[in-house]
Amino acid sequence: MRSGTGDTVRGPEEAGAVSHDPEESGAVGRGPSGGEPGFIELDGVEKVFHVRRKAGRLRRVREEVRAVDGISFRVPRGAMVGYIGPNGAGKSTTVKMLTGILVPSGGRLRVAGIDPARERTRLARRVGVVFGQRTTLWWDLPLRDSYELVRRMYRIPEAAYRRNLERCVELLDLEKLLPVPVRQLSLGQRMRGDIAAALLHDPEVLYLDEPTIGLDVISKAKVRGFLREVNAERGTTVLLTTHDLTDIEQLCRRVMVIDHGRLVYDGGLDGLHAVGRSERTLVVDLERELPPIEGVPGARTVKVEGPRQWLAFPAAQSAAPVVSAVAERYPLVDLSVREPDIEDVISRMYADNTAP
Amino acid sequence: MWALRSRLVEGLRAYGLIVAMWTRSTLAYRTSFLLTALGNFAATGLDFLAIMLMFTHITALGGFSLPEVAFLYGTSGVALGLADLVLGSMDRLGTRVRDGTMDVLLVRPVPVFAQVAADRFALRRLGRILQAAVVLGWSLSRLEVDWTPGKVLLVPLMLLCGAVIFGAVFTIGAAFQFVAQDAAEVQNSFTYGGTTMLQYPPTVFAKDLVRGVTFVVPLAFVNWLPALRLLGRDDPLGLPGWVDFLGPAVAAAMCGLAWLAWRAGLRNYRSTGS
Amino acid sequence: MLYAAVAAGSFRRYATYRIATASGVFTNTVFGFILAYTYIALWTERPHLGGYDLPQALTFVWTGQALLAATGLLIGGGMDELQERIRSGDIAVDLYRPADLQLWWLAADLGRAAFQLLGRGLVPMAVGTLVFPSALPASPVTWLLFLVSVALGVVVGFALRYLVALTSFWLLDGAGVSMVAGLMCLFFSGMVLPLNVFPGGFGEVVRLLPWSSMLQVPADVLLGVHEGVGAARALAFQAGWAVVLLASGRLVQSVATRKVVVQGG
Repeated sequence: MRSGTGDTVRGPEEAGAVSHDPEESGAVGRGPSGGEPGFIELDGVEKVFHVRRKAGRLRRVREEVRAVDGISFRVPRGAMVGYIGPNGAGKSTTVKMLTGILVPSGGRLRVAGIDPARERTRLARRVGVVFGQRTTLWWDLPLRDSYELVRRMYRIPEAAYRRNLERCVELLDLEKLLPVPVRQLSLGQRMRGDIAAALLHDPEVLYLDEPTIGLDVISKAKVRGFLREVNAERGTTVLLTTHDLTDIEQLCRRVMVIDHGRLVYDGGLDGLHAVGRSERTLVVDLERELPPIEGVPGARTVKVEGPRQWLAFPAAQSAAPVVSAVAERYPLVDLSVREPDIEDVISRMYADNTAP
Repeated sequence: MWALRSRLVEGLRAYGLIVAMWTRSTLAYRTSFLLTALGNFAATGLDFLAIMLMFTHITALGGFSLPEVAFLYGTSGVALGLADLVLGSMDRLGTRVRDGTMDVLLVRPVPVFAQVAADRFALRRLGRILQAAVVLGWSLSRLEVDWTPGKVLLVPLMLLCGAVIFGAVFTIGAAFQFVAQDAAEVQNSFTYGGTTMLQYPPTVFAKDLVRGVTFVVPLAFVNWLPALRLLGRDDPLGLPGWVDFLGPAVAAAMCGLAWLAWRAGLRNYRSTGS
Repeated sequence: MLYAAVAAGSFRRYATYRIATASGVFTNTVFGFILAYTYIALWTERPHLGGYDLPQALTFVWTGQALLAATGLLIGGGMDELQERIRSGDIAVDLYRPADLQLWWLAADLGRAAFQLLGRGLVPMAVGTLVFPSALPASPVTWLLFLVSVALGVVVGFALRYLVALTSFWLLDGAGVSMVAGLMCLFFSGMVLPLNVFPGGFGEVVRLLPWSSMLQVPADVLLGVHEGVGAARALAFQAGWAVVLLASGRLVQSVATRKVVVQGG
């Protein structure tokens, strides 16, 4: 366990979790920022699990796991926020508490003024959820039938339903998939179908748990474009957990990082890069084997493997000058840029934290 | 009270919606539906075939004739069949908890119980009911009973109460799977095991076993006790006569118990997430 | 050896399902009790029915419960996975493995059966023997013959279920076939009622079918119905069916494989 208390949240602004740049309230930003009651409010929320762990051949011991260990944040209506962290950090547990699936062990939690744990079904009408790994659709039914069932379950007025469905079908390219049973859809198709299902009832808030995991590049782009549109057009508040920093980069101005059940960062993405000093990597394929590339400002060669070399440079910096510097002096065959890993970013944050 | 009633209405409505959806999609593959329904019919028919084979060697089992055993068989079969039709997919709850799809049910604005109960609603289960009903019909035509209006009424009443009691057992079994996800088979001992037991006369079994299914898991109220009254036979436990009519009360009590078990199970899930 | 490793792996895998095993044991014991009492009623009415005395009939019940999971008398019996792989097309991957498909699955099934014989068989058998009169043999030779007979029964059961699983190459929805196959298995193995109680010509025919290898024959070996030459004949009967069915499985498999190769999956 880490030392330190619950308020080690680090952000660009010292005020911490509550304050945001008015701009960050998103396109629709209703209401003033600052001390305003957020649309999503968490105050010292905790979730403690008791697990039985094997200790020796037969003996088992009860152990306390603090999956979420005192988290506080506010998200204003209409914002689009990234919620990231390594596996097992407590992201999904938080989302489960926000939807009322799990009952918090401590702290106070409100979504649109409602306590999710107490009024789960009432809240459900105002919330859309997409679980990346599990579908909310009916496995054996055609997509269209699943939507029809959603319409009746949520009592969506006919006109609104038709309008929303048409919009989703158009933007997510679902027309051909409507008669196909869900189990026959590819992962990317299913995810698109799931996102549409989560939006048919005009939810005020949308939780997305790893919405781009396992998707191909085209599906990812489609999903991101759609989410941006929904957020801008309808002012839907979006909370996105992801592993993919690109999701965050393209969608969210604000990002929260959770690790070991604690919020370790809350602020803009730029700030995250600065704090984490994370690096992107330029992978260079040269015509032939050469000694490590030298003299590129802001970049250093981290690995050489035959004609292929890896150059690391700060994530916040543009790749263009690095590329041109390399291209000027070396015979290039191919190039690619790798985004920084979330795990990487977070481990760097730690390195900073523990340094004297 | 008002809240409870509106939840009940909501639940029934959601149940109806999901069932209608499944039925529609089942009927889209008519041949497959007919074949599996026929399969269900045959599957349960085998039990009765075994009983008939036994009766090629004997004239009475535990003092009961073939039509009398058939009456027990038919009543327990129809009762279980009805419960199975309405709540049959509940034994998949453990699988849902394990693969995480339980969470999906919890984010929808309708009661979880209705969703679990209606999940994969299978019309083919009518096959089992039909088979048991055929046996029951045959036995009724052969039984020598002085039919009074009361006795006539007792038959549908026992079927209904029996179905409710079995339904409660299904629910309690499912609630148990919130805690032990792989324990689906335990439930089978009580439902399918129970119905197998109820197919035979109580006189066949050891008294302790009969006591067990009377006082512990009150399956005896599904058909044994009312049937003994109907057939004019003595209760092997020698209970007072009015006990035979406790079916509805027992069914109601079992429902209450099932409700508590379900609530406890769901609460446990929502605090542990698994 | 590869196949030994597959079998061992399968054994270990089933051993991890502890709660499922425990609840299976419970179910088998409950059903054993119910059947035992009905058999007591039946044999009280007609002593020596089917050539069994009461203790023999009761031991038959508990043998059935002990073998229920092992010989795969339960519908599915571990072959759902193969069926699912065929349906999803993953089977193509298996076909390119440098191992024989049928032997691979046979090994896995033997591992499963070995675990389920121990994990799910011993307790019901012990409970049944403690509570009811029993006719378990004292001679270790009989027990040894019984184990050989059970092993052959497992192989016959596997060969049958393998054939059923292969139908998935042609049928989109294998649920119907599996169900019918499972029912035949329960009824013609003697699980519902011992086959020697089946009347007349029907009984004669039923006792010659492959399903009798899965319960009736092993139980009769245990009960000492088959002794000496008779036991050898019984085992040969099972081995014969095992060979015939495994060979048919192989034949169907080669046709199916050709289909996969031609259609490209």
